[in-house]
Amino acid sequence: MPSDKKICLSTSGLTKIYGFGAHRTVAVDHVDLKLYEGEVVSIVGESGSGKTTLAKMLLGLISSSEGDIYFQGVKRDISSQKKKQEYWKNIQAIFQDPFSSYNIFNKIDSVLLDCIHMRGGRNLSREKKVELMTEACSFVNLKFEELTNKYPFELSGGQMQRLMIARIFLLKPKILLADEPTSMIDACSRATILDMLMQLRKEIGMTVIFITHDIGLAYYVSDTVYIMEHGRFVEFGSADEVILQPREPYTQRLINDVPKIYEEWDLSTV
Amino acid sequence: MANTMLEVHELTTKYVTRFREDVYAVDHVSLKVEEGKSLGIAGESGCGKSTLALSLMGYYFPPLHYMSGDILINGTNISGMKPDDVRKSILGREIAYIPQAAMNALNPTQKIIHFIEDVILEHDLYVTKKDIYERARKLFETVGLPAEVLEKYPVELSGGMKQRTVIAVSVLLLPKVLIADEPSSALDVTSQKMVIKMLKQLMEAGFISSMIFITHELPLLYNVTDDIMVMYAGQIVEKAGAQEAVFDPLHPYSKGLMGSIIVPEKGLRDVKLTAIPGVPPNLKKPPMGCRFAERCKLAKPECRVTSVPLRDAGNGRTYRCILSENELREAYAREAFQNAK
Repeated sequence: MPSDKKICLSTSGLTKIYGFGAHRTVAVDHVDLKLYEGEVVSIVGESGSGKTTLAKMLLGLISSSEGDIYFQGVKRDISSQKKKQEYWKNIQAIFQDPFSSYNIFNKIDSVLLDCIHMRGGRNLSREKKVELMTEACSFVNLKFEELTNKYPFELSGGQMQRLMIARIFLLKPKILLADEPTSMIDACSRATILDMLMQLRKEIGMTVIFITHDIGLAYYVSDTVYIMEHGRFVEFGSADEVILQPREPYTQRLINDVPKIYEEWDLSTV
Repeated sequence: MANTMLEVHELTTKYVTRFREDVYAVDHVSLKVEEGKSLGIAGESGCGKSTLALSLMGYYFPPLHYMSGDILINGTNISGMKPDDVRKSILGREIAYIPQAAMNALNPTQKIIHFIEDVILEHDLYVTKKDIYERARKLFETVGLPAEVLEKYPVELSGGMKQRTVIAVSVLLLPKVLIADEPSSALDVTSQKMVIKMLKQLMEAGFISSMIFITHELPLLYNVTDDIMVMYAGQIVEKAGAQEAVFDPLHPYSKGLMGSIIVPEKGLRDVKLTAIPGVPPNLKKPPMGCRFAERCKLAKPECRVTSVPLRDAGNGRTYRCILSENELREAYAREAFQNAK
């Protein structure tokens, strides 16, 4: 990474411990992460390696047991609800399961209206708000006229995930945390979602943290790849370096386990 | 000439909605699986892959209804049989089915061996428990599962282990055809590899004679199966050998699917992923002409009017498009050239 870029988000010695005594589990173990502005970073690991716990701590949804998070060089302060909301203007997330990401009692209009209000558009005229919402929906190839007065469960999984991206388009956060955004979607819609995310990233110049177990996906989207095992980063570096010349045996195993089309897939190594 | 294990002629099945509308989810599908071969079925969600799997078992419960066509398993026709007869004499012995979340089939309050006893006793009353245990142990050893698993409860096993256990149990009665419907999509990559390895071992050891594998992950299909069949809106749009289907697809839909492959290999970052625009058609009112015409880049006016039959391209290869092989290849080459510019 060029040194002239500013650090957007960083952590030092971030640790999360669940339980105590015999049930003590170290989910995230002294993680040091540096995120530069405008970068796409992937965090790859198997299930149970602590990816999602790390994401939740970065978002401020759970507290850390040890260590600090610095946002734009300043120590993050989310001690009050107001400060939390201020922080969430800068960092937003897309989760794995689109079906559980929405409040089922709210209509889609209100989902999008909330985003406009959060950006300080509370006093805009109704027409202006509709215009903004239409723009956001057309960015993700949805028609706003068809969505008004619908509830989220009336949409398909792919549509819901696209609506999630429309939210991000309205909110324009500095950092987007995408926690397995495509793992519940079939391979064909996956390409659409990824394309939209990358286009959005270019448009509003945000930093993206991709959390995934699909190493191919990480290679396709990201500049920097972090490999996580048992709550620690075992290897990190530029995508080409990590994926094409992996040094750690764990990374090599992860890459070997993915079915490939140009190389032989060796089944004997399980 | 190898024995044909499963042969399907023009199978049509439909769903009836609560408004009495007919949805033809499997529309005139014909296929053939030979002994020792495996067939992969690819397609988007909602293309009728899973419905085809259910229909092949001959296990029809409303809202799924059988319409027409024949299903021959090793020479016996099972279409039109009553669901109860199918369950007693066909399922398990002739056809075994592994659904996506197979691990949920395990009863959390009982040991694995109890589940196995249930399965065997349902089909064969005169077996002793000792024999069952021996049989299960032998099978588990063949596929590399530890025999202690038999004495464990499902909660003590990991997700991948549970999935492999259920697969092992489903082939206990030595079925002719195994239908695996996304058996590994809920698992991480390492468990997925174990499941695939196990399926291959089962084939080699002769526990199953042939396999149908359904998934939307094309790299996986390419590595597992001999032939790939692409489905779109209830119809077969292309059938070819795995190598040909991935590297030289003919139908524009297959071409689109192959454009969405993501593998961690050199050169991936240089290609742009191509997504197919639009959504599959509503099968309550299927389009008159080619079902893919709405989303096809190469569509001509006549595509929307005339229905397209399956065309033979030699070498057991078929595809459903009005354009000839050369015209299609030319169009793809032109597209690739333009993208390169």
